[in-house]
Amino acid sequence: MGLDALKRSLWVFHINTGSCNGCDIEIIAALTPRYDAERFGVKLVGSPRHADVLLVTGPVTRKMKERLIRAYEQMPEPKIVVVVGNCGSTGGVFYESYNLEGPIDKIIPVDIYVPGCPPRPEAIIHGLAKAWEKLEGMKKCKQQNL
Amino acid sequence: MNKSKKCSISIGPIHPALKEPIQIEVLVEGERVKDASFSLGHVHRGIEWMGLRRNPIQIIYLAERVCGICNISHPLAFCIAVENAANIRVPERAEYLRTIYAELERIHSHLLFLGVAAHELGFDSILHYIWLIREKVLDVIEYLTGNRITKAVLMIGGVRRDISKKQIPKIKEMLAYYKKAYEKLCEILLDDPTIKLRTRDIGVLSKEEALKLCAVGPTARASGVKKDTRQDFPYAAYADLDVEAITPDVLLGEIRGDVFDRIIVRLLEIKQSLELIEKCIKELPEGPTLYEPVLQKLLVDLKKVDNEGIALVEAPRGELIHYLRMQNSETLFAWKIRAPTYANMHTIVPMLKDSELADVPIIVASIDPCLSCANRAVLADKEAIIAQEKIHELCVKKTLKIKERLKRWEHV
Ligand code: SF4
Repeated sequence: MGLDALKRSLWVFHINTGSCNGCDIEIIAALTPRYDAERFGVKLVGSPRHADVLLVTGPVTRKMKERLIRAYEQMPEPKIVVVVGNCGSTGGVFYESYNLEGPIDKIIPVDIYVPGCPPRPEAIIHGLAKAWEKLEGMKKCKQQNL
Repeated sequence: MNKSKKCSISIGPIHPALKEPIQIEVLVEGERVKDASFSLGHVHRGIEWMGLRRNPIQIIYLAERVCGICNISHPLAFCIAVENAANIRVPERAEYLRTIYAELERIHSHLLFLGVAAHELGFDSILHYIWLIREKVLDVIEYLTGNRITKAVLMIGGVRRDISKKQIPKIKEMLAYYKKAYEKLCEILLDDPTIKLRTRDIGVLSKEEALKLCAVGPTARASGVKKDTRQDFPYAAYADLDVEAITPDVLLGEIRGDVFDRIIVRLLEIKQSLELIEKCIKELPEGPTLYEPVLQKLLVDLKKVDNEGIALVEAPRGELIHYLRMQNSETLFAWKIRAPTYANMHTIVPMLKDSELADVPIIVASIDPCLSCANRAVLADKEAIIAQEKIHELCVKKTLKIKERLKRWEHV
């Protein structure tokens, strides 16, 4: 995939559903100059209504379940959900807790998992690149009425 | 909006960047905040409950995931509590290594805070600059422990990884790098008139109030309360290192307890941490790094303990307490954590009172809450939805206005 293939920028909305912050600071690290995901046009936005990608961290606590669904529903189609971190993918160290509704794929459909506790910023960028590929595929399918 | 009418705005719990979820409710009259309250529990994962189902060594990794930013402080406090209960003596070298790891963590956490504070004020270039220099300490942490964030270096009775002689030059290089960067940071954050105007006398917490609300850490110190667990109840190697609580009067000769003071305290603490690491490297004693290298044997020993342990640790955000009770069993009988943000959260109520709506983000950020906040604010009585972005926008706009005013003054 050459750089000329990047036709559109990804706008990302980040939601924390009860994570330990480890993944969240790595997401910010991925956006700041050392890793600089912004050079690919990746941008954090403040509202799910503007976003193409939902970046979810955390194992989904009871209080956050409704909010996660609401944020997901507010996003325009086509949309992609990327889960960052082990605890969002499987429950991770918190798997047996009484206050969890997750993992995330039990609540909303997930497209991409980025494993790691926390994953490195490079891995998060890789996950976003995959999201971009999938999103482009979805758009193509829609154009050709597949 | 009718100016004289009071309405309540609830902010949170989702925030586009940084921090964890929390819900804050502010009662506003026009642009002024009249009252504030907050509710927690969005990140409740039942860690203490899960801890009672695991053995002490497994809990270390759970304690690490209480908070991704203070993930040395939490396992450290837990290990010290177990050591207190089981009367384990930690080798001296391990105590020094623990101190080094803890101070590295403080540097990374304080830099993170300074970046967030700049972002809340609308200086995104400063956020990026600070996070760029923060990568240096993460590199060193990775070099020493093998991971950037969750380090997994602590063990009951010592540390799991030694620092070899070969690794010391890298640490020294980092110290030199930060000494230079520190000066630049001071210049950026302390000499800039806009930042000063934007944070001076904003979000004031008086000394009395800080004492009454049991504030801890940099939040308390910025209000002039000279307390620091490293000074008052030394653990690890701090007793040898003469740590002194830092209050903002060291630099400016006065204490106002505002946001600016909180920035100063954290800046000074970065310098203090650098000095502590330097001392630790110089005085690093030889010897083993673990009390009991065979973990199976350690677990068997711990099974026989019938005692309680408590530990106080100065996490980057303040005093952290772990309490536990062991009762002749493989698992713990009780485990309780009191994190610093829990004590500090209450101080935002007096800080927010009578502030402007545009100052809410920076005030909340100034106690460096280990909680994510505000994304969407709901105007409760009109059921209209304002994005939290708007509040952030307000905050940025105010900075721009001040900048313009400053320019005009310069012309005159
Ligand atoms: S995956 Fe690990 S580092 Fe990330 S939020 Fe969960 S517990 Fe924290």
